[in-house]
Amino acid sequence: MSDTVIEVDHLWKKYRLGVLGTGTLRHDFNRWLHRIAGKPDPYAKVGRAQKSENTSRKAALTSDLSSSLHNDEMWALRDVSFEVQRGEILGVIGRNGAGKSTLLKILSRVTAPTHGEVRVKGRIASLLEVGTGFHPELTGRENIYLNGAILGMTKAEIRSNLDAIVAFAEVGEFLDTPVKRYSSGMYVRLAFAVAAHLEPEILIVDEVLAVGDAEFQKKCLNKMDEVAHGGRTILFVSHNMAAIQTLCTRAMLLSSGQVAGAGKTEDVVREYLSEHHANSSGLLAPGAAKRAPQFEPIIEHACLLDTAGSATGAVAIGAAVTVRVCLKPKRRVVRPVVGIGINNCLGMRVVGFNTIMNQNLAIPEVSKPCRLDCRIASLPLAPGEYSVKLVVTEMGEDVDVLEEAFRFIVLTTDYYGTGRLPASTQGVMLCKANWSIASQEDADLAAKI
Amino acid sequence: MASDSQPSTLNSQPSECPPPSAFISQPSAAWDLIIRPTTGWFDLHLADLWRYRDLTMLFVWRDFVAQYKQTILGPLWHLLQPLFTTLLFTVIFGRIAQLPTDGVPPMLFYMAGVTAWTYFAECLNRTSTTFILNASVFGKVYFPRLCVPLSVVVSNLIKFAIQFALFLAFLAYFRVRGAAVHPNLAVLLAPILLLLMAAMGLGVGIIVSALTTKYRDLQVLVTFGVQLAMYATPVIYPLSIFPNSARWMVIVNPMAPIIEAFRYAFLGEGLFSWRYLGISAGIISAILFLGIVLFNHVERTFMDTV
Repeated sequence: MSDTVIEVDHLWKKYRLGVLGTGTLRHDFNRWLHRIAGKPDPYAKVGRAQKSENTSRKAALTSDLSSSLHNDEMWALRDVSFEVQRGEILGVIGRNGAGKSTLLKILSRVTAPTHGEVRVKGRIASLLEVGTGFHPELTGRENIYLNGAILGMTKAEIRSNLDAIVAFAEVGEFLDTPVKRYSSGMYVRLAFAVAAHLEPEILIVDEVLAVGDAEFQKKCLNKMDEVAHGGRTILFVSHNMAAIQTLCTRAMLLSSGQVAGAGKTEDVVREYLSEHHANSSGLLAPGAAKRAPQFEPIIEHACLLDTAGSATGAVAIGAAVTVRVCLKPKRRVVRPVVGIGINNCLGMRVVGFNTIMNQNLAIPEVSKPCRLDCRIASLPLAPGEYSVKLVVTEMGEDVDVLEEAFRFIVLTTDYYGTGRLPASTQGVMLCKANWSIASQEDADLAAKI
Repeated sequence: MASDSQPSTLNSQPSECPPPSAFISQPSAAWDLIIRPTTGWFDLHLADLWRYRDLTMLFVWRDFVAQYKQTILGPLWHLLQPLFTTLLFTVIFGRIAQLPTDGVPPMLFYMAGVTAWTYFAECLNRTSTTFILNASVFGKVYFPRLCVPLSVVVSNLIKFAIQFALFLAFLAYFRVRGAAVHPNLAVLLAPILLLLMAAMGLGVGIIVSALTTKYRDLQVLVTFGVQLAMYATPVIYPLSIFPNSARWMVIVNPMAPIIEAFRYAFLGEGLFSWRYLGISAGIISAILFLGIVLFNHVERTFMDTV
């Protein structure tokens, strides 16, 4: 217990929706007049008012606080409690709007909570964005000082770290050039470098790794790992499940402003993905996938099935999966070929299958709804997010193309059976291999014989 | 909307929040920072401001450096601005309107007023936009927000120094030419007058900035309000044009005794009164205090309303 560095205690945060148009003095004055006269708020939106009455009746049964919402208000966080231990890297995950950013904003003191309390031991530095406060006219060196100070460093601290920052950012010769002349890559590198050399006890990081090239992302991850091993604590928010899995010792899942799960990273990530796909479930919602206008709707839907035959959005490395494509042509399609392409998050084609290439499956024609299953015995893709492209050709010509029919995620697992978890940084695919070792003499001898 | 879609998870919530028992587990002394919904109105955390003094000075330096990159004249602009204003006033109010200047050469009279007033006006104008202009930075990282308006006041001091030097040069020139100006011991009070003007500009500025987070209307009002206020302050006319019985109308404006005292110190003409200066200092302290309280209150939640 003594090593708890952050204690979040029943945190609630209320936000007002649709603030626009209510911020003038005249409206507030008018509202005040109406309140005195005992009349309803003249600016309340009628539709919303009814709806919120409805929800509040439901909520009144369960929570006093939930019912205390006025018009145009919502809870971004509802009764969030958790603890973070020293040296821990806690991953915070959840869908957009789940309250992750709100939580980080409260922790970094950008905004205040509505109820509840957060207790912190040590200095907090937050990195909700890289390059906060960078001034385009100032040089790289000048911006290091400015940005460092904004993040809470003193001048002396920055000066003693200057060489390390410059080396990390790899901007040496451009140090005295205004940052407006920097390439966006240099800009981001410099910004992250400053933040990475902060020396707070607690570091809050929000999705900054979404920027920069792969090489730099890897460098950032390594730096964060290093920071955490130095006994400092990190709170890391990301949509990149692979990064969360590699980096975090523990994870917490937020859903609609509430803690929906916390514990071992792997379990929480799995929980997130099952929640994530409860809505989309890897299925192609009608009309949702992008289909260019020149193509006719032949593919009705498509999804990924696990070994049990149920639709899934997340599989482990090397799992046996089936890609199911349902066709519902409006006319007779003669000699169709169906192709599947799997692209990684950078848009690179990782692997492709089609009915002719794999097994010369000649389909004479399709006129009625039908189902094509493509069984893949083992999918040795590196952990990460993938999207699936589907193509139907008729006599060598594309008739239906879905650039992104659905997405799925590959989770890291002990693929090699060595007790180690492969990371996405080791390549785009994994391959089981046998190593052997022999001395040079033995090898020479074997060659002679 | 969230509660609609998942009524089942709502049931698992505690019926009341927060449960009082959960709080008393740890002594608060063990924690370095406690984030609460509201702090007291008078919890101004000025110690934080001191800890971030390097940042304040870096803001000052940024303002100064960034403003003149890619300009030809650079800080020279600071000289042209009061020079042209003074010339304009000399022609319009001195020659055309023929307002009296208490026997002081009109050029010097207006320059003294303009130099002092510009400092105050710049402080007010530029601090009043603190929250609006810095919303993107304030939304991402915590530091005492007061650093920003404070840095504005300090960086304006540099501008003032340049303009003041120009004024002194003109003063020396006119004195050598034998004009009726009499700088006296009251010049020793100049730093205090400057401090009062800074406090007034900062105080009003941060009050406005705190209110503009909710009422954008004020933003429009400020620039032209400051212009109007100049005419309500003895900048282009001496206080002496009013009969004694009507002077209180001007004196209630806390800037009036300061401008008058400034002119008295350097030119030897004007009203210098400890009593009026004292009243002015009192009003200014109250405004500044109110400003800091309001500013601190707003900074905790303004991100939700901007």
